Amino acid sequence: MYQYVGLIVLFPLIGLFINGFFGRKIKNETLVGMIGSAAVGLSFLVAAGIFVEMLGMPEDGRSHVVTLFTWIAAGSFKVSAAYQIDQLSILMTLVVTGVGFLIHVYSIGYMHGDRGFWRFFTYLNLFIFAMLNLVLADNYLLMFLGWEGVGLCSYLLIGFWYDKKFPGTGITWTGDAANKAFWVNRIGDFAFMIGMFLIFREFGSLTFREVMGGAETLAVGNNTMFWITLLLFIGATGKSAQIPLFIWLPDAMAGPTPVSALIHAATMVTAGVYMVARNSALYALAPTTMMIVAIVGALTAIMAASIGIAQNDIKKVLAYSTVSQLGYMFLALGVGAFTAGIFHVMTHAFFKACLFLGSGSVIHAMHEEQDIRHMGGLKKVMPKTYWTFLISSFAIAGFPPLSGFFSKDEILWKAFSDGSLVLWIIGASAALMTAFYMFRMVTLTFEGEPRWAKDKHPHESPATMTIPLIVLAGLAILGGFVGIPAVLGGGNAIEHWLHPVFAQAHHTMALSEHSSHTTEYLMMGISVVIAVTGFWFGRRMFLADPEADKRIAAKTGFLYRLLSNKYYVDEIYNGSVVRPLVRTSESFLYRVFDVRIIDGAVNGLAKTTGWVSAMMRYVQTGVVQNYAALVVLGLVVVLGLLIFS
Amino acid sequence: MIPVHYYLILSAVMFITGVVGVLTRRNAIIIFMCIELMLNSVNLTFVAFSSYLGNEAGQMFVFFVMAVAAAEAAVGLAIVIALFRNKQTVNINEVNILKW
Repeated sequence: MYQYVGLIVLFPLIGLFINGFFGRKIKNETLVGMIGSAAVGLSFLVAAGIFVEMLGMPEDGRSHVVTLFTWIAAGSFKVSAAYQIDQLSILMTLVVTGVGFLIHVYSIGYMHGDRGFWRFFTYLNLFIFAMLNLVLADNYLLMFLGWEGVGLCSYLLIGFWYDKKFPGTGITWTGDAANKAFWVNRIGDFAFMIGMFLIFREFGSLTFREVMGGAETLAVGNNTMFWITLLLFIGATGKSAQIPLFIWLPDAMAGPTPVSALIHAATMVTAGVYMVARNSALYALAPTTMMIVAIVGALTAIMAASIGIAQNDIKKVLAYSTVSQLGYMFLALGVGAFTAGIFHVMTHAFFKACLFLGSGSVIHAMHEEQDIRHMGGLKKVMPKTYWTFLISSFAIAGFPPLSGFFSKDEILWKAFSDGSLVLWIIGASAALMTAFYMFRMVTLTFEGEPRWAKDKHPHESPATMTIPLIVLAGLAILGGFVGIPAVLGGGNAIEHWLHPVFAQAHHTMALSEHSSHTTEYLMMGISVVIAVTGFWFGRRMFLADPEADKRIAAKTGFLYRLLSNKYYVDEIYNGSVVRPLVRTSESFLYRVFDVRIIDGAVNGLAKTTGWVSAMMRYVQTGVVQNYAALVVLGLVVVLGLLIFS
Repeated sequence: MIPVHYYLILSAVMFITGVVGVLTRRNAIIIFMCIELMLNSVNLTFVAFSSYLGNEAGQMFVFFVMAVAAAEAAVGLAIVIALFRNKQTVNINEVNILKW
């Protein structure tokens, strides 16, 4: 099956071309949707086939590189379009194509009647194509191609409803939100590129295998490795929405909800996590960077979770929740628990996709209403959405035995055992907030008395939307069972599965099991208590009084305003970066540098030429004898020179 | 035997007379005649050198020059006539519209 890896990437490309070129002509929405979904579904089947084949192979023989063709060859520099299939990339491929397929199917229902229906599916297929290149690439450059490709799709899809207003700090249209995402990502991409250049300078190659091979001989604490890993991590903070570049993700909610589910929750934003995990061997050589990764992850987790408490837009809550969960993943990576990070990527893809799609279902039913203060009582009207949403909420809050419990608990445990108590406290506090804001949202949206306007008639969504929800909810329940930790008598299958990929990093870091099982049980118990506490408070408080926010706001005053205004981060960035940049561009770069210097040089050259020509043309008198006189003069001069020199 | 530089001096005088005529006269016919004078001064030089060096090639050239000059005269006079038909003048100072 390995040799068919090209097909995984090819199917979305075919779907993209069919819908892109003929989508407008195909009047039938279902057909367009089916082509788009089938393209991803077929990729999933091929990936599943490869996965099954891999299961039957010995552990060391599971990693393969399939070269399709030489992409760039210039002297000693050679880059191939080659795909590396190993335990890590096949896992990501399965998640991308599997969750992607469900979201494609969901989109058929959600985007029904949209005038850009075919355009939507074209972009989605393009996204899947780029994302698969990102996770399957065997070298940094091809990965970067996918990296930029998903960024482009993110831009296209955030601004999909380009004529719709979208309020925000310094933002009026969805197009502004798309630009914001694109520009913020650009900063990260720049760092990624510099990191890539450094890698090439250091190792003379861009393929993962050769770089990891070269890294084997390097000493821990190598200065170059510090810069390489730090730059790559800055790239990851852009794509995966970490401090300081997380600001684009909440505004990315301007896009259609399936986009938020697919790109801004399940797959693209985890690209940074995947990239760091892929480079685990390099990160293991740079303990300083690892520490930075862990701290940034932990801070992002708690900051975003605290903002999530005070948001009223259903998608904004989920967006901050995503940022926060991504923070967890980086916390895991930072303490060396690469498996736990990837495990959380997987479970998060299931329950967060389910939550986003559920919110889409709610928004659909409420006719584009997104404010949870104007919802309530939807439980009875849309039971399927409610139940799947509830299950996923339990999963994200970390209720055993749902998937989120295992992955999040694994991260918290590793943060404690391999990191420090402070990291654990931050992570655990964020977990408490997560449970709280999730059940605040669930309660406000589905429970209690209806608070929506009389003219709204909510209804359950069609089957194309509810079936993906049910499947994802099922995965949110079951997804965690691949990673039951050893202390609970589980095999932690995912840890064994990914072990060969991270063996080199683990070897370098020389991590050892040093804590007793009792501590692990204790930590697990605390996690459960935290989840239940958050759940209980969130539910009780808002079931009793849907306007509890107002009371809290009155009581806490500034603190609440700080949270509901997202710590004023957007305002701070606007004041410290965006506006000075715009002002410098306007007053200096545009009015002085561009107009005076660049345009001045060009226009000046033209004017000088014009002036000289204007003077010169008086030589042309039109009198033939003048010309003849000049010819004679020239002749005399030339002859004179010839004779007298 | 007349020394060769006598011929050359005569030829140079004729040539310069022709050049000055071309540059200073206004009547197209006279300019034309001055050009003929320049051609013939060159012919004289050819013949003088041919005789002096005992090489007949110079005299051959003279025939060529005469043939070309005859053809040129035919074309040139045709142009002058065409010019006169259009502008009722052969004064080349009045034929100066090809300028800035």
